[in-house]
Amino acid sequence: MNAAPTLARLKDADRWWLVAEGSWTGAHGRQLEAVVAEAGAAPAAESAATIDMSRIEAIDTFGAWILQRLVRQSARAGRPLAVSGLSPRYQGLVDQIARTNTAKPPRQAPHNLVVGSLETVGRVVSDLGSDATAFANMLGAIGSSVLNVLARPSRFRLTSTVHQLDRVGWQAMPIIMLITLLIGGIIAQQGFFHFRRFGAEVYAVDMTGILVLREIGVLIVAIMVAGRSGSSYTAELGSMKMREEIDALSTMGFDPIEVLILPRIVALIIALPLLAFVGMMMALLGGGIMAWGYGGLSAEAFILRLREAISLTQFEVGIIKAPFMALAIGVVSAMEGFKVAGSAESLGVHTTESVVKSIFLVIILDGVFAIFFASIGM
Amino acid sequence: MTPEADNGVPAISVRDLRVGFGAVEVLKGLSLDVRMGEIIGIVGGSGAGKSVLLRSIIGLLPLRAGTISVLGTDLTDAPPQTHNRIERRWGVLFQQGALFSSLTALQNVQFPMREYLDLSERMLTEMAVAKLELVGLKPDDGAKMPSALSGGMTKRVALARALALDPDIVFLDEPTSGLDPISAGGFDELIATLQRTLRLTVFMVTHDLESLASVCDRIAALADGQVVAIGTLAAMQANRHPWVEAYFKGRRARSMARTAG
Repeated sequence: MNAAPTLARLKDADRWWLVAEGSWTGAHGRQLEAVVAEAGAAPAAESAATIDMSRIEAIDTFGAWILQRLVRQSARAGRPLAVSGLSPRYQGLVDQIARTNTAKPPRQAPHNLVVGSLETVGRVVSDLGSDATAFANMLGAIGSSVLNVLARPSRFRLTSTVHQLDRVGWQAMPIIMLITLLIGGIIAQQGFFHFRRFGAEVYAVDMTGILVLREIGVLIVAIMVAGRSGSSYTAELGSMKMREEIDALSTMGFDPIEVLILPRIVALIIALPLLAFVGMMMALLGGGIMAWGYGGLSAEAFILRLREAISLTQFEVGIIKAPFMALAIGVVSAMEGFKVAGSAESLGVHTTESVVKSIFLVIILDGVFAIFFASIGM
Repeated sequence: MTPEADNGVPAISVRDLRVGFGAVEVLKGLSLDVRMGEIIGIVGGSGAGKSVLLRSIIGLLPLRAGTISVLGTDLTDAPPQTHNRIERRWGVLFQQGALFSSLTALQNVQFPMREYLDLSERMLTEMAVAKLELVGLKPDDGAKMPSALSGGMTKRVALARALALDPDIVFLDEPTSGLDPISAGGFDELIATLQRTLRLTVFMVTHDLESLASVCDRIAALADGQVVAIGTLAAMQANRHPWVEAYFKGRRARSMARTAG
């Protein structure tokens, strides 16, 4: 049943005709195209007027279309080709296929590399602008729903907020503690290793303390939260958008921002400073362990040195940044979630965008704060 | 389209099938034969196991007991190659269409052809357009993304994709649900036409009395995890099983019979 398709050209008296054999099915797509192209390329004087389909084993939509292609090609060349001998059981199929592909397929504009890359650059710039607008929009919407809730505090969704707090705060605790412990240890180890050459080993404690409290502690935690919780916010809101759940909320008279986003952002703003604090403590602990194990400093000596090196200011400078970073992460993840359109691909794209953009914003914010604190001498 | 088509082997043969989830057994020793070239409609109350039966046959659910053979091949403990060979000979229309959302309608139809057949790019495009036209869509619709398609169009594109490889059997899971009566009627007609021209065996899970009456050759009623009645519409209307009686003699069925007669 699976003989390769053939198309023989025979001469009878002074007339040419074609005889089809084999199975004209999709499994032999390439061969079919080849034999038909060959038959169609015959010189005009030897062109066939009839194609005999009585000896084929099977024909499906693929074979039927190839046959139709040959028929149309011949008709265009002014040498009409008649189909004969087709089994009645295939007639309906061949007739049905003959009615398809009658319109010219739309021509695609040729792709120009230079124009294409210019277009990409243009799109990136314009996206940057629309992103800034979307961010401001989301921030404004959240601000207005905060005012609404302040006017009528009973509308605030406490249960939802506590639930989110559990997810982004409590459940994030173990991984944050582990990572910051390791980071603190690594910073201390590097400090001891390099300062030892100058005999200034004890300054490794200063470096660890200041770096962890002012910069690294909160930055690492914010980046982890952006990757862990920001992405899940975007994915949740995005799939709710895809399944029209957000539209359903609006039509029931609820403000999606107030119901979905405000509790999430409030939870994030509460959780991030707490996580940052725990993270800082764990990093200091990691530094202490390293100082004891690698630097040969006793716990008492480490704590004494730490007390000399750092002040409350260092801690304040670090922790004050946490709620702002939380807001940035929350706004970006909500904004990206709301941008999700119909497809699964779009959900993936926006989840990635959410993480990339919130980490970027977190680092920018950190830089801005660094400049600010330097200017006011903190 | 194949030699088996005429030698009396049932297209689908299910014997003593048991399928369940946890403590719940949904199909309790179900047996069913689907003949080559017929359109069979599967009816049953919500939760009676219609979709479970369909999903078991197409290999999406594990069996607890029983055998399933499709096109004369026993799939119960078949190696993946055998499964794959048979899978190419059936097409499935899922209830929600299940179109790949990141591909256009045309690419969705091309997908199985591109993976399984050796075809030129020109042939792929022409065949996909032909299949879209077979299911009553316009060539321009091919460029649309699934999110831009209406419910009826989604079902048609999904049907075109199910037909991409010229299957012998198509499984339809509630093909007319969510369509307005006119679109649903059009879809029924389309299925009947395609069944004739492409010589398909159609396994259709449906709730639509109109589909059952207009296109199905036979109807199988599922209740309590078993086939409680099978036969033509007339045979079903004469059946005394309480659920079958309630279904085919209920108010909706009666009012349809009135308008029809």
